[in-house]
Formats: sequence, C-alpha cells, structure tokens
Amino acid sequence: MSARKPYVRPMAGWWRRDPFFVEYMVHEGTAFFVWLYALELLAGVLCLAQGKAAWDAYRAFVASVPLLILNAAIFAMMLYHGYTWFKIMPRTLPPMKVGGKRVAGATITALGLGGALVASVLLFGIVWMLTSGGAQ
Amino acid sequence: MSAAMAKVSVLRYRPEQDEVPVWQDYQVPYSDDMSVLTALNYIKDELDGTLSLRWSCRQAICGSCGMMIGGKPSLACKTFLRDYPEGIRVEALAHFPIERDLVVVMDGFMDKLQKVKPYIIPKEARSLDEGEYLQTPAEMDLYAQFAGCINCGLCYAACPQVGLNPDFIGPGAIALLHRYNLDSRDGGSAERMALINSEVGVFNCTAVGYCSEVCPKMVDPANAVNVGKMNSARDYFFRFMRPAGEKGECR
Repeated sequence: MSARKPYVRPMAGWWRRDPFFVEYMVHEGTAFFVWLYALELLAGVLCLAQGKAAWDAYRAFVASVPLLILNAAIFAMMLYHGYTWFKIMPRTLPPMKVGGKRVAGATITALGLGGALVASVLLFGIVWMLTSGGAQ
Repeated sequence: MSAAMAKVSVLRYRPEQDEVPVWQDYQVPYSDDMSVLTALNYIKDELDGTLSLRWSCRQAICGSCGMMIGGKPSLACKTFLRDYPEGIRVEALAHFPIERDLVVVMDGFMDKLQKVKPYIIPKEARSLDEGEYLQTPAEMDLYAQFAGCINCGLCYAACPQVGLNPDFIGPGAIALLHRYNLDSRDGGSAERMALINSEVGVFNCTAVGYCSEVCPKMVDPANAVNVGKMNSARDYFFRFMRPAGEKGECR
C-alpha cells in the first residue's frame, strides 16, 4: 500500500493571499463601474426615445447631487480601469518591432495611455463644439 | 559576541503523522550572503534531518528549489535571508499538492509538459544528407525568450486559475508550446492548436499577469498565453478558409 497522501491546500480567499491578487481584484472590480455607466447611458437613450418630458426628467436626474457624486466615482474608477488596461497591454500583444528592435513594454503602455488621452480630448472637443453650436 | 541568528518558519507536512500542514520554527546562524536554500540545508544537516526539500544547482539553473518564500513564489537559491529581517516563512509551492514538507507533486505538471509536444515537429520529412536546419539570429530571437524556461513551477504558484482549475495547462507549458510554434524549423502549430483551443487551454487565463512577474528567468508566459488567445480566435474564425484534413485539426 502506498504511504502517499498528497495534501491539497484550499483556494478559499486566494485573492487575499498576495497584494498582487488584491490589486488584480480591485482593477477587475472597476469593471462594475463601467457597467453602471453603461446602464446610465442606456437609461438616457430610452428616455430620449420616449419624448421630451422623459428626456428632461433624465437630464434633471443626472444633474442631481447623488448622481453627480456617483458619476465622479465612476469617472475615477474608469481612469483607474483604463490605466490598468494599458499597463497589462504589453503582456497581451505579440512582440512589436520597430527598426529591428523590440519595443519596450513601458513604451507600449505610454503610447496606449497617450492615445487614450488624445482620443478623449478630441471627443470632448467635438461634443463641446456640437452642444455649444446647438445652444446658439 | 555570539553570532546573529535568523528565524526560519517552515510549513511541515509529514503524511504519516500530520492530517494538515503545520508551521515549525527554526533558528539558523545568520550571514549577509546566506540564501534561503543554504538556511534550509543548515536545518536539514544540523537541526532536523526529517525536513524534506528538492534542490540541486544552487544557481537558478535547475529549477528544483521553487517554493513560497514570504508568501511569494521564489527560488530558494536566489532569495536571501538579508531581505527578511523579521524572519522568513517558507512553504511548498502554491497550487501544487504537497507530497511532504517543501516537496510538491509535479506529476500533473509533467503531464502538461508532454501534452504540448515540446519538440520540433518538422514541416516535412528530411533526410540526414540534407544537412542541418539553418536558422538566422532574427528567427532565433523570436522564440529565444520562451526557451529560457527552467520548469521551476513558480508561474503555476503565481496563477490563481491553475489553483482553481488544476487541469488548466498553465503558463509554463503554454510558454513552451509557444516557443516551438515560433521556431522556424517547426511545423507543429496546427497539431498543438487543439490543446490551445480546448477547455484546459488558453482561455482559462484571466490576465492576472503575476506569472511573468515571478519568473526567475525573464520568460514572459503571460505573453505566450495571451498571444495564444489571439491565435485561437484567429483559428476559430478563419478555419473555413484553410484546406481541410490537416492532422489534429477539426472544423
């Protein structure tokens, strides 16, 4: 008879074991706020489809203090979500070469973050121009 | 002046007497250049011959002495007491069953290594008089990083998905699979694709990324796994555009 009796350690609470796992759970957890914001936008679209009264009610709702606080929290979480997304990007892309040399991971992250920033500013500018044009 | 001492706590598991693993403390003479492996061997040689551990080369080449040190997957020969002034806690590699003390059961890992067909599968039969395969430095550079794996298992101890689903092929074996797929002499990618695509394949990975952080040889298994996801998705969507009938493929 074999005297072997391998012991399998439990996995319960695994994510509390290492700070790296805690950070992973936090950055995955920020996806919840992305989902919240998607719901908020969806509600806006539905209200818009229902006519002016519903749309005005929606606008008043999102301008209320609790919603402003919630949206500030969502914005902060989105920023962190985006940051961690670009931080892991070098691990998820095939190796990139420019002029025969491998592009460093930090460069890929920086380019991703820079691209996201430029796109955000552009989008904000376009929306701002459209809305201020519409008010005149 | 008496020599400085350091505390080393070891998670003991002796299957003939322990129902569950238990912590045991030892005091070892401290010096600045003392590795955890040296400390463990001091314990085994001078204090308690019943302590079991695997080790061999003492220079981060053989991959035998992987264990959890201060809760992190580490090679005992490459980790030093001086970095743990409060004392050090040593435990068998996480996500592997404990055979005894610091020795883990590697059988599952060995099976996974075999499953990825970690050898060159020639594109076409070649006779000896055709000579050796030639490869340019650029072609070698594509896979060289992934060839640095020493099978120490640290990436498995860093991967919660391996802990949650022990059947997952895991970061190390997938890095090795990727190493052969990237080799210009190899023609086995299609044969290995079924495993990548399978229930135990790359999509178990949730991009925690810790595997690449803990690797003592600067291999990037997380990259191999995630590029594998891309290849798997491409294989799924474009499989109808390839001629059928290749070995190991399904449509």
